[in-house]
Amino acid sequence: MVSQLDVERQLGEVMDPEVPVLSIVDLGLVRSVQVSNSDIHLGIAPTYTGCPAMDVIHDRIREALAPLGLPVHIKPEIHPPWTTDWMSEAGKKKLEAYGIAPPVGKASDKRSLWAPSPTVRCPRCKSDNTALISLFGSTACKSLYQCRSCDEPFDYFKCF
Amino acid sequence: MKWDTCDPKTAYVLHLADDALILGQRLSAWCGHGPILEQDIALTNVALDLIGLARQYYGYAAELIGDGCTENDLAFFRDSRAFTNHLLCEQPNGHWGDTLARQFFFDTFHFFQLEALQQSSDERLRHIAAKAIKETSYHAQFSAEWIIRMGDGTEESRSKITQSLRHFAPFALELFIPAQVDAAAHDLGFGPDVSVLESDWKEKIQSILTIATLSPLEWGFPKKGGKSGVHSEHHGYILAEMQSLARAYPDATW
Repeated sequence: MVSQLDVERQLGEVMDPEVPVLSIVDLGLVRSVQVSNSDIHLGIAPTYTGCPAMDVIHDRIREALAPLGLPVHIKPEIHPPWTTDWMSEAGKKKLEAYGIAPPVGKASDKRSLWAPSPTVRCPRCKSDNTALISLFGSTACKSLYQCRSCDEPFDYFKCF
Repeated sequence: MKWDTCDPKTAYVLHLADDALILGQRLSAWCGHGPILEQDIALTNVALDLIGLARQYYGYAAELIGDGCTENDLAFFRDSRAFTNHLLCEQPNGHWGDTLARQFFFDTFHFFQLEALQQSSDERLRHIAAKAIKETSYHAQFSAEWIIRMGDGTEESRSKITQSLRHFAPFALELFIPAQVDAAAHDLGFGPDVSVLESDWKEKIQSILTIATLSPLEWGFPKKGGKSGVHSEHHGYILAEMQSLARAYPDATW
């Protein structure tokens, strides 16, 4: 008999292919888990509409759950839209330790056109004296910043 | 073909999808050609968002059409006259200023369009719009910043961006002139009246031009037809490149 906890434990081991220190649970991508005697149903939120990592994430979920021996059904859930507000606090700490500045503030009340850029703390030297280099970084979910204190460029995980 | 005679809702979803796909395809051509690496990556990111959005819409349209129709059928096996994207989206990339002027007009419209779609009577469209507007606000910020940088830049960048904005202004007007596809959507409650989006749009455009120290635009005479399936010459070439593989090898998979 497979329990909900077994499934959740396995999902905690599925890492994001672009940010390999964060699991899909840390990212808040797992929206629902339903386990029955015959199968497992998961609701998974896509991060960005065109995120090319989603197929890989689905494959990794199936791989991680394979030992449980039940068929896995994954339903993409676009509503409510995924937000970095769902990222766990532990996840944010792991992100910073990995060298990516975590999202600043809450996305929930931010829906204006041309909002000012937030103050982002350098994940290396912790200085607030940083500048935006490019709104779009190595993946859609990140912007590129540079620290003016230690000169290091770094990724910022957008508040989204 | 099963999509030739579709109901007003499906036709409208295809119109939204076509805009996203055609502009996404245009922007993809910048991949590997951006002026510097960061900008190359930025435009490719925007292209990816738009193509992802197109997939959401085509997937929905395929469900509405039924009969085994897929998102790929709709993207790769319709001819130019069946596409109802705006003329603006299919215009050539030109130089960096041209691409960003086209993008600035579209992104700003897209933001207001998605905001309005969150009042749609159709739940699926509301959900897609709620997701896409988050990405689109980044696109709009990006293109606006480039208008400011080029307008308030060197003599050359200023002259080039002025020309680009003037060139695309008549195409942008089509965004706000209802055609059958979006007028029917508004009558039935699942799309906005596009003509009412114009004043907010012009105000935002103008506020950015002011920051960019550029003079107000003269809009000229609208160039329209795309929403009715009457496209510019460029459209056929886009489809030829985009659809040739799927048509030559209909069952091709990765």
